[in-house]
Amino acid sequence: MIKQAMTKLGLATVVALVAASPLALASSGGAALKPANTRVDNVASLQRGAHLYFNYCIGCHSIEFMRYSRIGEDLKLTEDQVMKNLNFTGGKYGETIHSSMPAADAARWFGKAPPDLSLEARAKGPDWIYNYLKSFYVDPARPVGWNNTVFPGASMPNVLWELQGVQHATFEPKEKKQESCSGEGEGCKNGQREVEHCKDGTTEIDGKCLVHLEVSTPGKLSAQEYDEAARDLTAFLQYVAEPAALKRQSIGVWVVLYLAFFTFLAWLLKKEYWKDVH
Amino acid sequence: MANKLTRAVAGVQEWFNYRTPGLLPAYRKHMSEYWAPKNFNLWYYFGSLALLVLVNQIVTGIFLTMNFKPSAAEAFASVEYIMRDVEWGWLIRYMHSTGASAFFIVVYLHMFRGLLYGSAQKPRELVWILGMLIYLVLMAEAFMGYVLPWGQMSFWGAKVIISLFGAIPMIGDTLVEWIMGDYLPADATLNRFFALHVIALPLVLLLLVVLHIAALHEVGSNNPDGVDIKKTKDARGRPLDGIAFHPYYTVKDIFGCLFFLTICAFVLFFEPTFGGWFLEHDNFVAANKLVTPEHIKPVWYYTPYYAMLRVVPDKLFGVLTMFGAIAILFFVPWLDRSPVKSYRYRGWMSKVLLGLFAFSFVWLGKIGAGPGTDPVETIVGRVLTLYYFAFFFTMPFWTAADATKQVPERVTMHD
Repeated sequence: MIKQAMTKLGLATVVALVAASPLALASSGGAALKPANTRVDNVASLQRGAHLYFNYCIGCHSIEFMRYSRIGEDLKLTEDQVMKNLNFTGGKYGETIHSSMPAADAARWFGKAPPDLSLEARAKGPDWIYNYLKSFYVDPARPVGWNNTVFPGASMPNVLWELQGVQHATFEPKEKKQESCSGEGEGCKNGQREVEHCKDGTTEIDGKCLVHLEVSTPGKLSAQEYDEAARDLTAFLQYVAEPAALKRQSIGVWVVLYLAFFTFLAWLLKKEYWKDVH
Repeated sequence: MANKLTRAVAGVQEWFNYRTPGLLPAYRKHMSEYWAPKNFNLWYYFGSLALLVLVNQIVTGIFLTMNFKPSAAEAFASVEYIMRDVEWGWLIRYMHSTGASAFFIVVYLHMFRGLLYGSAQKPRELVWILGMLIYLVLMAEAFMGYVLPWGQMSFWGAKVIISLFGAIPMIGDTLVEWIMGDYLPADATLNRFFALHVIALPLVLLLLVVLHIAALHEVGSNNPDGVDIKKTKDARGRPLDGIAFHPYYTVKDIFGCLFFLTICAFVLFFEPTFGGWFLEHDNFVAANKLVTPEHIKPVWYYTPYYAMLRVVPDKLFGVLTMFGAIAILFFVPWLDRSPVKSYRYRGWMSKVLLGLFAFSFVWLGKIGAGPGTDPVETIVGRVLTLYYFAFFFTMPFWTAADATKQVPERVTMHD
């Protein structure tokens, strides 16, 4: 009895060990991410997100694996609504969604053609997108005049500035600090070495320490409203990255219940057959 | 009416028996009169589950090939086409991708079961070796399948893994070019991997699975007590502790399969990427030979070996270590010199060392999945790699020296 319990325990431990830690998404040198708290099953949020996407993003970023008709179907919009409010490129209803900017021109203008965003939410994760949208700041040193704390050196300007307002970042240089070290370490003298680091409460970004981001010139939306807008846009991209997600979960409930019921029946059957095994 | 039907069935049966006299005896040998020990526990589900997943992979794979385009220019988009535009395509694809990981979970547990209960020992050496061949082919199969969606991790994973052959002296570079059919993973590579993944390796896999089961049925199944049930037979020559595979284990395995499918369905419908372990984030970006991903790493089921490769400083030696780690598994039947099979009747040494082995394998997997930049982790990885090999090299000694308990005459039942 105990042995069997141990066997099961061991099995459970192995499974738990492997499953315990979801793989971290790559965030290259940017700030820590706040949760996006999106809800893909919230159709109203997706509709608002789609509205934002087609007004501010589609000019540069295609979503080439997505079709207008699919958006209409999933977001409960009529063909007429989609074609009037979301389709500004003249594409047909059943076609995939392309930006009207030629890739070659885009590469010349921005140094790099704006990427297709069909799968962005699956590659980077919703949290990344949400934080990225909130983290633009004015940086005259950059070619387009904007930089981003989540993706330092981004070639994209803040296209949502009229909603968010103009954000500025306050940086401070790194502090020098003495740190004890072992004899063979690099730059180690008399068991001490000088290291540079960012003070507590600041985040290291591209060799500088970010103190805070602040909206200096307000936009059309309040901070809270802008958060909501960024969340809607993120939710829309999350939907675009996996349209099946909407269906997947609602079907999944029934599939799991169905299988669980049949598992129970199979268990009864097994018990019945095994009555005569002693 | 019923009478007529019975006669019709009997007639058909007779018709076949006359033409294939071996059919009924074969059915008896492998099903209704295959005497399996009655004391199988939880660990004994994984064999049948592996078979279930194999069938799942083949069936879903067939449907995927109907829409997948094996070309570098079209592969990535065709997978998204399956995910979006093909009716139920997303389900088929997730069944295949979840199935791939489920396959390895099941196979690893199945292999560990073998170590726990000394299943590789005489007379089951061939069963073990055929199983190891299956594992080897399965890894090749999964690797090539992983390249097909042609995402960033497909491309860079392929590049890293294929370039390992470049470490072979003299012929290395030529061999790498020969495998890829190009200087980088490219259209030719994808196309041939498709052929191997879809036709060549599945055929080999199926053949090996048939041989694995046939070899098992020649000698009979081991059990958690490691008792040879053929030693105590009744008057009709049937093992007293054996029960007919059909219906007893078929109904038990049906239950196991459904339980397993419920868990798989839960993953598939609610967390198909499994937090980036089953489908990796970077693989949702199309392959780009000009952009190297920040961390190149294989899927979780290879990471223990990948960790070994990385912690060994020299490339050739690293490659040898990695392949050696798999090769050494083939010798387990001769390395295990314990007079008893099951760990239940072995001493503390076997239990502790085997426990540590499982632990170090999982930890190596964790290291292999990480960025590999932490120097402390490299040291830990080396210690664990060393332990992995030491476990096998010293196995003849500690299995022989370890205390044993008296193995009972008959199997024990726990529930």
